[in-house]
Amino acid sequence: MERINSVYELNQLRDKLKEEFTKNKQRVLVCAGTGCVAGGSLDIYAEFKRLIKENGLNIDCELEEDSCGGDHDHNHDQAHKHETGYKVAKSGCHGFCAQGPLVRIEPDDILYTHVKLGDVEEIIRETLVKGNIIERLIYTNPMTGEKVAKEHEIPFYKKQLRRALKNCGAIDPESLEEYIVNDGYHGLANALIKTPQEVIDEVLASGLRGRGGGGFPTGKKWQFTRIAEGDKKFIICNGDEGDPGAFMDRSVMEGDPHRVIEGMAIAGYAVGADEGYIYVRAEYPMAVHRLKIAIKEAEEVGILGDNILGTEFSFRLHIKEGAGAFVCGEETALIASIEGKRGMPVPKPPFPANKGLWGCPTVINNVETFANVPIILDKGADYFKSVGVPNSPGTKTFALTGQVANTGLIEVPMGTTLREIVYEIGGGIPGNREYKAVQIGGPSGGCLTEDHLDIQLDFDSLKSVGAMIGSGGLVVMDEKTCIVEVARFFMHFTQNESCGKCVLCREGTKRMLEILQRIVDGDGQVEDLDLLVELGETIKDGSLCGLGKTAPNPVLTTLKYFRDEYMHHVENKICDAKVCSALKVYHIDPEKCKGCTRCARNCPVGAISGKVKQVHSIDVLKCIKCGACVTACAFDAIEEV
Amino acid sequence: MGKLCNCSRDLLANQDREIQKLFRSYSPGEKEALIPILQETQGIYGYLPKPILYITSEYLKIPVGKIYGVATFYNQFRLQPVGKYLVQVCAGTACHVRGGDLVLQALESELGIKSGQTTQDGLYTLSTVACLGACSMAPVVTVGGDFHGRLQPKDIVKILREYEIKE
Repeated sequence: MERINSVYELNQLRDKLKEEFTKNKQRVLVCAGTGCVAGGSLDIYAEFKRLIKENGLNIDCELEEDSCGGDHDHNHDQAHKHETGYKVAKSGCHGFCAQGPLVRIEPDDILYTHVKLGDVEEIIRETLVKGNIIERLIYTNPMTGEKVAKEHEIPFYKKQLRRALKNCGAIDPESLEEYIVNDGYHGLANALIKTPQEVIDEVLASGLRGRGGGGFPTGKKWQFTRIAEGDKKFIICNGDEGDPGAFMDRSVMEGDPHRVIEGMAIAGYAVGADEGYIYVRAEYPMAVHRLKIAIKEAEEVGILGDNILGTEFSFRLHIKEGAGAFVCGEETALIASIEGKRGMPVPKPPFPANKGLWGCPTVINNVETFANVPIILDKGADYFKSVGVPNSPGTKTFALTGQVANTGLIEVPMGTTLREIVYEIGGGIPGNREYKAVQIGGPSGGCLTEDHLDIQLDFDSLKSVGAMIGSGGLVVMDEKTCIVEVARFFMHFTQNESCGKCVLCREGTKRMLEILQRIVDGDGQVEDLDLLVELGETIKDGSLCGLGKTAPNPVLTTLKYFRDEYMHHVENKICDAKVCSALKVYHIDPEKCKGCTRCARNCPVGAISGKVKQVHSIDVLKCIKCGACVTACAFDAIEEV
Repeated sequence: MGKLCNCSRDLLANQDREIQKLFRSYSPGEKEALIPILQETQGIYGYLPKPILYITSEYLKIPVGKIYGVATFYNQFRLQPVGKYLVQVCAGTACHVRGGDLVLQALESELGIKSGQTTQDGLYTLSTVACLGACSMAPVVTVGGDFHGRLQPKDIVKILREYEIKE
């Protein structure tokens, strides 16, 4: 592509590309998000290209790399109903990861799920050529058995409002052209004709709050950095998405990298920074790869670098790969990590807005926050505020996982209720099991019970019940999940990730973990519960950064809402969910046992006795509760009680 | 480089070119380059060999103790060699509630090692990772970078067999 020297040229290019793109009658988008790639979608993509090219199939095709465009005119003669080409492209994450690998066919909006390599030939023959829908590959609602062919009619998508994720799954993330066609960099163009202060005012007016968890107003952060003294200022994008159970930022970086770059460039212009860093988790190699491509493309056409779009504004971006430390999600720790040090937080103030990277004023925002900025500058603050609730305008992405029918990446207006997310978008809990809780905000957040199903998800409502939006992980748990064990799991995580600087965080989380371990091992006492609360409150008070201040949250909220379950563990030594293996007791049902001896042969400690063709029994004193007998039994005769 | 023993010199000689190229892309004393240099070193060797840490120390003018501090702080870095295939078991929330623990147990018993150890034949190193971000496919295991999702403990044998056949 040629260099774009002005806003006018950008608009011209967009219009020209739009015209070209509409010529493609049909477009095949193969999802290349991590979930689908793991399911083999890249092979499917290659197969589409190979078959379209190889068979000819009377189809003109316009393939990005090894284009067979030379055949264009030739194929025109064959009088096929499609006048021009098909396009096969890789897209970012569609969000509906549970159904992957996904293939979407535009403009008919057909979504094929669980596509296998062998299906490609049939899709080309039936759908692309004849326009028939292949029943077998379309989405089946697991609850009702109903079949839905069109993506926007699938309940998972119907309730969503995809703004920050608009392009994810809809464009090829490795193509700047596709981003520009979808009004990409229009927000930046609009920003550049305003004064920096006007840009900040627009962001302030939109009410955008940081999507990384804290919920601090983005405009204010920018304002502080703008007025801070210093010739050199920096923009940092926090892509260190460390919460276990969250993958929103990853999907945005992988599926729409230019949007993040655009948001950062706008921030750079607004605060007077000419350099920026994107800090990405090392576990996200594909995000790093795509961001690198996007930065290179943007530099080539003059959207990054010197004199952007022909203006005085210059902005450069670098990528820093994290090295696997959860605490680096905390802004001062992240800055230390970029500087090449151990990622340990420092006391605030001074805030990064005054003294950040190498002592210079620095704006540090989350990936999703930057992804929202172009929307505000492109369509205005009022458009942004038109959804959501007054104190938390806009939309929020969530990673919906755990025991729910439709797992995946979703985006809903702020203020959507938990019930709508779990039951309408998520499709409810599979296997007719009971809803138990949602863990929101990862290891910093809390548990929401059945009573909270109608709570509006926004920054302030969640705070009022002791939870937080965090970065947006929603893990659904059903009756088969043990709450105490989950609390132990989170404590294990934070204890492991505590950087060790603050004594209360370092030692306190360890003690809390020991107590929780004791409880799931069946050695807990009633007094332990109060001790946990006391320790938790003390750790919150005595820790410097967000990690320590929030680490006790999962334990404190579960103790508040599920105290009965804790009591069963410590008093009656019973795990209601039958998860804690130390609290299980195995029993052989004499009615079902056929005396096949399989369980006895599989028992590693010889706790099962019985003669052939006679009912067997388990010696509970010898039993180590490993469950080997349950797996071995072919007659379902061994039950956990 | 008087601190280096003979075997480390051999090690360096074998990999000289790649390492030299690595150092050439950063300027001496550029302290912020520490983490990228360690990452690239690990990319070459699979772990951080001690001699390279000394070279890095001299090159960046950072005491080797500080470098050790950084290398042990971040989960990514390893000071011991790893097996040919790194088996990473995701221990994220979504994997956990869908039975990731049982998958880890199955791997441990099948490979006969605990998390963090390497098999005697040097083929596998087993480790857990906080979250791979592929939560929708929970529980997830990666073997040498390949994803395997929606696993049950019984799938483990089959997956490991695939890699053994390759050998």
